[in-house]
Amino acid sequence: MSATITTKGNTGSGPKGAGKKQYDRLLLSILGYVSISLLAILCIIPFLMIISSSFTEESKIVEEGFQLFPAAFSLDAYELLFKYPGQMLTAYGVTISVTVLGTVAGLFLTAMTAYVLQRKDFKWRNKFSFFFFFTTLFSGGLVPWYLMIINYLDLKDKLLVLILPMLLNVFYIIVMKSFMSSIPEAITESAKIDGAGDFRIFIQLIMPLSKPALATIGLFIALGYWNDWYNALLFISNENLMPLQYYLYKMLGNMDGMRRAMVSSGAVVTMNIPTESLKMAMTIVATGPILLAYPFIQRYFVQGLTIGSVKG
Amino acid sequence: MNRRGFLGDVRKYKTLLLMLAPAVLFFLLFAYVPMAGIVLAFKQFNYNGGIFGSPWNGWDNFRFFFESGNAWMVTRNTALYNIAFIIVNNALQIGAAILLFEAVGKWFRKLTQTVMFLPYFISWVVVGAIAYNLFNYDVGTLNSILTAVGLEPVDVYNTPSYWPFILVLVSAWKALGYGSVMYLAAITGIDTEMYEAAEIDGANIFQRILHITIPNLYPTVIILVLLAIGNIFRGDFGMFYNMVGNNGLLFSSTDVIDTFVFRSLTTSNEIGLSAAAGFYQSVLGFATILLANYAVRKYDKDHALF
Repeated sequence: MSATITTKGNTGSGPKGAGKKQYDRLLLSILGYVSISLLAILCIIPFLMIISSSFTEESKIVEEGFQLFPAAFSLDAYELLFKYPGQMLTAYGVTISVTVLGTVAGLFLTAMTAYVLQRKDFKWRNKFSFFFFFTTLFSGGLVPWYLMIINYLDLKDKLLVLILPMLLNVFYIIVMKSFMSSIPEAITESAKIDGAGDFRIFIQLIMPLSKPALATIGLFIALGYWNDWYNALLFISNENLMPLQYYLYKMLGNMDGMRRAMVSSGAVVTMNIPTESLKMAMTIVATGPILLAYPFIQRYFVQGLTIGSVKG
Repeated sequence: MNRRGFLGDVRKYKTLLLMLAPAVLFFLLFAYVPMAGIVLAFKQFNYNGGIFGSPWNGWDNFRFFFESGNAWMVTRNTALYNIAFIIVNNALQIGAAILLFEAVGKWFRKLTQTVMFLPYFISWVVVGAIAYNLFNYDVGTLNSILTAVGLEPVDVYNTPSYWPFILVLVSAWKALGYGSVMYLAAITGIDTEMYEAAEIDGANIFQRILHITIPNLYPTVIILVLLAIGNIFRGDFGMFYNMVGNNGLLFSSTDVIDTFVFRSLTTSNEIGLSAAAGFYQSVLGFATILLANYAVRKYDKDHALF
């Protein structure tokens, strides 16, 4: 409709210019809505496929393969999984304990370290900052680290090995530090005059003021622990200490292992185990809490990215 | 070096030093002591001797690593994959961020941003499960579709030549949301006065994007890309290991330094070789990150890492 107003070659401003611009905007909007929709669909489709496959009858999967929509709806996989959770339940317990302990301890230490490093009156803060930062530039590699944990710290097959190696991350310390340096120094100064010690200032004054950063970094740490499988791959062979993601990894790669796991948790030996749909159901159950919490925690991650995107 | 002054400082900062102690201990144990373990690269490891007691064997581990041809293959794969990831991921993320900012409504932006961010939150194990769902020869969705339309099924897990494309796609898929949020933040920070001025001058929206939005993103892009280049010799172990695993058929096109080091350590138990390859990667990585930081420094001092 605006095209009828606009005449070619008219360079004037006002309603004519606006008409021309609306046409450009329309084109861009179409481009935007189409391509962004496409990208978003590509991002979500794999999840839908897993969900659909987990609800498909096993015989249909064997016959026709996984489909985007269940060829024949069935709850067999979930029924089996919830009836004989066995190992999966243990893995859930391990992951939850590791995530809770690791996040609480890691977050506290990250904040405490960051607080000291940003104290302007602390003479050696740059030296210590470099001491931490250098570890992101150079490392001894996998082997010495691995041997350190296995031979010297003797952590193989201990719950602690799933927590300790991921406890601190230099990047989080840097983000936390830059957040805390935005808290007015006068707070620390005046508390000191009132006779408060450094640790008390940190706990009673700085921690409450750092809540936004604590929430964001806490969630990053928690996500790291929840999704970790690598430390288990290297250090855990005791089945009772396997975290969820590693358990899922084992089950995906090993159908016999899955049968054994189902049988040992009480399923009847002769039972026909729907391995393919079960794999998908396990994936859903292992990811479930994240998918459920995701809509609520997503904004904290966005926040964290924008705090830390400039430097780091 | 005033000794009394130093001790005085220690006393003065006693609490602060105690507060730092756990973190210092952590990095000593998990980073600095292992750094000393680099000597393993020049040793023939045995468990009785441990890191420091095993006998030296000079450059043998390195010689073996290089003469087997593995060194060149994994280095090439690591660098080429990272270059492809940097180009594809950044182009997609910048494009998506611009469209999210300029072209779509607020409600739609929030919704799609949430959806696109989702892959970032799942573990690589779950991504491995998705790949299995898609590419499995017998039951994979891809082959279900291909056979449904009368085409031959493809054997993805036996065909190395597909994997560069698959891995680039997977990487782009997982990083899209994260990266576009980051670039979106940079675009949101652009001074709106510039846009208003352009509007008065009669610029259309495409000219505006081309001449204002994109040039204003250059600093962010250059810094992020340079830092990514600094990590070009570090492979994403989680991704490669969960997508490919120990499938030797695919190694020619998928083996990166990190997976090679891991396998040498855990599967073939060649500790000296693994340490040598890890040391080689550390040195290479250290050199590139110094170079990248030097470049960032030249470009914009404020954004240099150090």
